[in-house]
Amino acid sequence: MSETRHRYVASDRRVREDRRFVVGKGTFVADIDLPDTKHIALVTCPHAAARIKSIDKRAALAMPGVHYVLDGRELAEATLPLMTGLDTPNVPRRPLALDVARYSGEWVAAVVADTRAQAEDAAEAIDIDYEPLPFVLDAEQAFAGGPLVHEKHGSNVLLDKTFVWGEVDKDFAASPRKLSLRVKWGRSSTVPIETFGVVTSWDPWREILDVYASIQMPRYADQIGAALKIPSSSVRVHYDVDVGGSYGVKRGIKNTVLAGYLARRLGFPIRLIEDRLENMRGGDAHGPERLFDVEVAFDDNGIVRSMKMRALENLGAYAGRSPFQLGKPIGSIVGPYKIKSVQYRAIAVVTNKTTQDAVRGFGQGPTNLALERVMDEVANMLGLDPLEVRRRNLIRNEEFPYLIPSGTTYDSGDYHTVIDKVLADTNYEALKRERDRLRAEGKLAGIGIAACLEPSGGNATFEALLNPAITTSTFMDSCRITVDGMGAITATMHTTSSGQGHETLVGTVIGEVLQVDPDTVRVARPDSLNSLPSGTPVGSRMAIMLGGAAFHAAQKLKAKLTAIAAHDLGIAPERAVYDQGSVYDRDAPQNRRSWADLVQIAHRNIHRMPKDFEPGLAVSHIYEVPTGGTLPTPDGRVQMYPCFSFEFHLILLSIDPDLGVPEIVRYRLGHDCGTQINPKIVRGMTMGGIAHGIGAALFEEFAYNDEGQLIAQTFMDYLLPSSHEVPPVDIVDHETPSPHTVLGQKGSGESGYLGAPAALANAVNDALRPLGVSINALPLKVSKLGDLIAAARTKGK
Amino acid sequence: MRINLAVNGAEHALDVEPRTTLLDCLRDHLDLKGAHAGCEHGVCGACTVLVDGVAVRSCLMFAPQAEGVAITTIEGVTPGPGELSPIQDAFCETHGMQCGYCTPAMVLTAHALLADNPAPTREQIVEAISGNICRCTGYAQIVEAISLAAERMRGANRPSEPAR
Repeated sequence: MSETRHRYVASDRRVREDRRFVVGKGTFVADIDLPDTKHIALVTCPHAAARIKSIDKRAALAMPGVHYVLDGRELAEATLPLMTGLDTPNVPRRPLALDVARYSGEWVAAVVADTRAQAEDAAEAIDIDYEPLPFVLDAEQAFAGGPLVHEKHGSNVLLDKTFVWGEVDKDFAASPRKLSLRVKWGRSSTVPIETFGVVTSWDPWREILDVYASIQMPRYADQIGAALKIPSSSVRVHYDVDVGGSYGVKRGIKNTVLAGYLARRLGFPIRLIEDRLENMRGGDAHGPERLFDVEVAFDDNGIVRSMKMRALENLGAYAGRSPFQLGKPIGSIVGPYKIKSVQYRAIAVVTNKTTQDAVRGFGQGPTNLALERVMDEVANMLGLDPLEVRRRNLIRNEEFPYLIPSGTTYDSGDYHTVIDKVLADTNYEALKRERDRLRAEGKLAGIGIAACLEPSGGNATFEALLNPAITTSTFMDSCRITVDGMGAITATMHTTSSGQGHETLVGTVIGEVLQVDPDTVRVARPDSLNSLPSGTPVGSRMAIMLGGAAFHAAQKLKAKLTAIAAHDLGIAPERAVYDQGSVYDRDAPQNRRSWADLVQIAHRNIHRMPKDFEPGLAVSHIYEVPTGGTLPTPDGRVQMYPCFSFEFHLILLSIDPDLGVPEIVRYRLGHDCGTQINPKIVRGMTMGGIAHGIGAALFEEFAYNDEGQLIAQTFMDYLLPSSHEVPPVDIVDHETPSPHTVLGQKGSGESGYLGAPAALANAVNDALRPLGVSINALPLKVSKLGDLIAAARTKGK
Repeated sequence: MRINLAVNGAEHALDVEPRTTLLDCLRDHLDLKGAHAGCEHGVCGACTVLVDGVAVRSCLMFAPQAEGVAITTIEGVTPGPGELSPIQDAFCETHGMQCGYCTPAMVLTAHALLADNPAPTREQIVEAISGNICRCTGYAQIVEAISLAAERMRGANRPSEPAR
């Protein structure tokens, strides 16, 4: 990392993207009007599972403005199934159901009309004859056999893999204490306010499919091309579309294949903007629904030696990358703790629910919940303070770099100091007294703690861990910088963004290296045909990866400028000193070449350039993830993400004993993500993550009834936290730089979300403890809490 | 049907289907893309516009119902090309947004609040924006933006303190 004081990095600068958003001039996909565009509305299956016996399109096709009705048969004959992460050829995933629909809300047909309203009208006129089939909703039932979701697969299990890292049996046998706990993460998601949308247009003469989409998806163009059976170089994805929130879910492959096919088939631009119902029932809307059985072995001092974890994931009806969400947590399976050995069984089953997709943290939030609930119960069993138990188990600052049993080495951390800093302002004993005072007033009150890691950098070697056929060890991002003939700097990034401030990131890092005002660095987003490789904003990776690429590209540019100046000054290169865009002779500082001089030489005076130098000023850097490049060992160990941010949540919560309504009385967070390139962005991410965490813990659930119908399919039923539900949070920053990154930065895109649900669950359970009851299934809804409290009080009387 | 709408101070004669929402009318007929569709059932508030100065969900109002009222969209509160209103500038100062999708609606809600109450408390700000869902920010920097804008706008008409 850089040892010099930063000029622009870590200073409280504005976020350049904000100017266009406050005036409503973002360019979201729904804002893109191509001439002669036709609109799609979708026909969805009303049953949890059904055979599609016939589709009668005649009435719909006769309606005004209607051009076409596409069914799953035609689409399946013309396209290939979507790419999946696991090798499960008998579980094909397609945009429209083929013969059998496997969840309520699955897309069965697409209507194309002049307007969206006409398409919706016609969708209602399509007559489909369904034969309802047996279905399964519960993951344990699906695992045990259940009705088969995909008959040809022969089972509902897509993944069942057990890893043993270290001497688990021995450590369990040697430990005097054991405890087991069942914890459930409810089916929730990040639910952006913008649904997924895509506009496609096919040019048959150039053979190019133009795609404008609200995506956050690695290898998007590749996957579209593969499914449509056209070269990926015939897919031109426009990365300058602003994405109205994603937090992982905006994958949109099936939407794009559908719209792309229709654009080619019909010869006019096609637009599919999901409405909220299409999004909630059949879009890429749902996140993990995971059941944990955790067993830990520990001693009388609360030192946890070993852990057995069984994680059962309810994928819904199909799978893309979602089973891998069981894999990423392996890279921090022991959290911030010194647990010596781990047995981990990862099971993923299909059920007749909406297909699950990637969500913020990629499975880490649920795993953190399980770990942190267990740590609290260890303390509870021993009669120790939960904070003290954590302090005893946490990895100490001097132990980094720290190798965990599953093969990842944590980069850096100072967990005890972060906790001490939080407690320096919030006296823990005083907080406990406040809790006890609330209890004395007749309220239920509890303190919730969570100490969690945020793996960052996006080295997705969990793919190879769960599917040995995958040998990907490369996870890159890129930046190109050009200085034009007038001396203006333009940098490029090669993906879409959904609010992370990547243009600000690139400008800040390049400004830092070149010692120029970041606001003078234009940041552009070329389309996919003009782009360098990008792994896209997943895995909390962009500060590390795009920041790293921009840093190295700027260093290359600086080196080239310095070499040109040294040559022109006739001095040895080591005497040339770069200074805010100009270069001078260390031994004779009056001898200087200005930025304008250097631009003039590079662009117009090749006779003054060093021999063999390319003319112009254009550099690029493709940056591989730090610590990347290795594949798993045969016993299932691998280095995953390079950097590990830490967050420590401390909550005081009260629950109205009559209504069951929880109220967050105090919320304090210690956060360490290394160097903060832009503190405003980091704070926003963290607060937003906490809001998501509050939603997942207390309110949000894609709930199903016994008939397999999604009953939370609007914002009236799927409850998003408003400004009333998100309390003020005091954030205490600490900075432990990562040794692996260019500026010491770590990731923060998932901060808050990865610990808030655990802290809230612990707070609720602390509040309920005097009643002798506990609850370990999220979301901890008011109705559930109210019933639980009422039952406990009735029993107690 | 023919309707007449007064939007951002200009009169527009339009031909719309009676079922056209005000949101779709603004976006599709008047090319005012700053109002965004989020849920289209009146919960998220991303489609908020001002109707006679009051923050209203344009997805829950039909365009023909908007005859005879003054509609203000985000485009109507933006002072000019490249210029920001004090409220917009305050949102930039605190970074009271991330993806920007709910932002125009938040800014308009803030305009409506501050027009009525130039010195809102934190609780009043929280109440005012509670009908606008933001999934990115957790609201803290939005509340701060509105508070900062209020403070600056109150200060704008006050004579400066004499130098000491």
